Amino acid sequence: MPKKPSLPKLPEAEALLRTLVAAMKPHAGPAMALVGIHTGGVWLAERLHAALGLSVPLGSIDVSFHRDDYASKGLRRGAKGSSIPFDVAAAEIVIVDDVLNTGRTIRAAMNELYDYGRPARIDLAVLVDRGGRELPICARYCAHTLAQALPAAQELVLARAGDDVSSPLSLMLKDRHDA
Amino acid sequence: MRDKPQNLQLNAHGELQHLLTIEGLPREILTRILDTAAPFTEVAEREVKKLPLLRGKSVFNLFFENSTRTRTTFEIAAKRLSADVINLNINTSSTAKGETLLDTVDNLVAMQADMFVVRHAASGAPHLIAGHLANIGNRHIHVVNAGDGRHAHPTQGLLDMYTIRHYKKDFSQLTVAIIGDVLHSRVARSQIHALTILGVPEVRVIAPKTLLPSAVERMGVRVFHDMTEGLRGVDVVMTLRLQNERMQGALLPSPQEFYKSYGLTPEKLQQAKPDAIVMHPGPMNRGVEIDSVVADGAHAVILPQVTFGIAVRMAVMSMLAGG
Repeated sequence: MPKKPSLPKLPEAEALLRTLVAAMKPHAGPAMALVGIHTGGVWLAERLHAALGLSVPLGSIDVSFHRDDYASKGLRRGAKGSSIPFDVAAAEIVIVDDVLNTGRTIRAAMNELYDYGRPARIDLAVLVDRGGRELPICARYCAHTLAQALPAAQELVLARAGDDVSSPLSLMLKDRHDA
Repeated sequence: MRDKPQNLQLNAHGELQHLLTIEGLPREILTRILDTAAPFTEVAEREVKKLPLLRGKSVFNLFFENSTRTRTTFEIAAKRLSADVINLNINTSSTAKGETLLDTVDNLVAMQADMFVVRHAASGAPHLIAGHLANIGNRHIHVVNAGDGRHAHPTQGLLDMYTIRHYKKDFSQLTVAIIGDVLHSRVARSQIHALTILGVPEVRVIAPKTLLPSAVERMGVRVFHDMTEGLRGVDVVMTLRLQNERMQGALLPSPQEFYKSYGLTPEKLQQAKPDAIVMHPGPMNRGVEIDSVVADGAHAVILPQVTFGIAVRMAVMSMLAGG
């Protein structure tokens, strides 16, 4: 049974998505390339890509190969691999993830991107900043910042109601169980 | 008294500690290796073909028997994972001076090795090393069998399974035929175990009686001595190298005779399904076990096997070294 969170009600993901689109719209030029982080970030990036009408094809990143906890936890199951279908060197990349926490995932994603070349620029777009940063990383586009950092034992995740790209997104809390 | 290799290769949590043989491994582990290999195939297309998973680790390739191709693919796999790779061709070094296998191992342990990739002409050598490491209380070094005698060649078996899954998607409906020198082939043994564990309903071996181990049926295969019959309706044709160097005595009249009866020609291949794939572990003896027209033809997936082999070896190494 999911534990009852002793925290304020979670914001609506669909409303946050509209906020994020509005924040990114003025910067959405021909060089903007979105790269979603598996899995929630990819769902989000798919929606952003359509809403912003971007021409550079959408990329996706699996950070399993660059995680800094490999030595202690091993390789994660179900790694999906990355797909970067554009020339990284010319691109103004926006990494897209659902939730920003320690910043370690973003560090790993940047390392992964550099394996494809030297990006002209990298920005970060997230739906929610939940606090708890352990690295000097911040999001250029962030739809919502939690007033109070969540306890580390709780995980804030994005859920999608169906397999379709346009299926509604929502945020939910669950107990973190490290794989 | 030694433990069975199956018991040495899984740790107390059921995770892979060494990869010595496919025999006795749970299907879940085999599937996990294949799943893990899939994203590694994409690394070859990057500008930087390197991942940091084995950064700072030392992988020793201990080749007591020559094999340029296998050693090279292990070396590429380890280097793409950022490991330091040390190649030792031992038949030309210490053993020639009289050092025993385990003395060699002890020396490498003292050099802070993290992984041994072992190729040996004697069946059971990698298992002996893994047992020795357990005896001296070393849980840190992982052993990968890169082919031991007639016993096993697990990474070859796994890359073959990866190739079959890549082209056929599902194991549960397949008919697979293994042709040729099963008797001397560690590859065939690993293939048969892997196919059976992964749930292939019909595994056939096609070979003359003299090139089949006694009681091969007990491994769960159907035996054929005739190519036309054995190839009828198969989805996957796995040819084996005729092990000339292992052939002692008169098991065969001549390679030409073998080609006539068991060489895979376009005519014989017509018995298989129209979308059948043809595999070979390399190096090929063209005109002996396989005709050049087949080896270079549309059914052949022999070069993709080599490419997938790197990803599968990366998967095995990264599963062993992590955690």
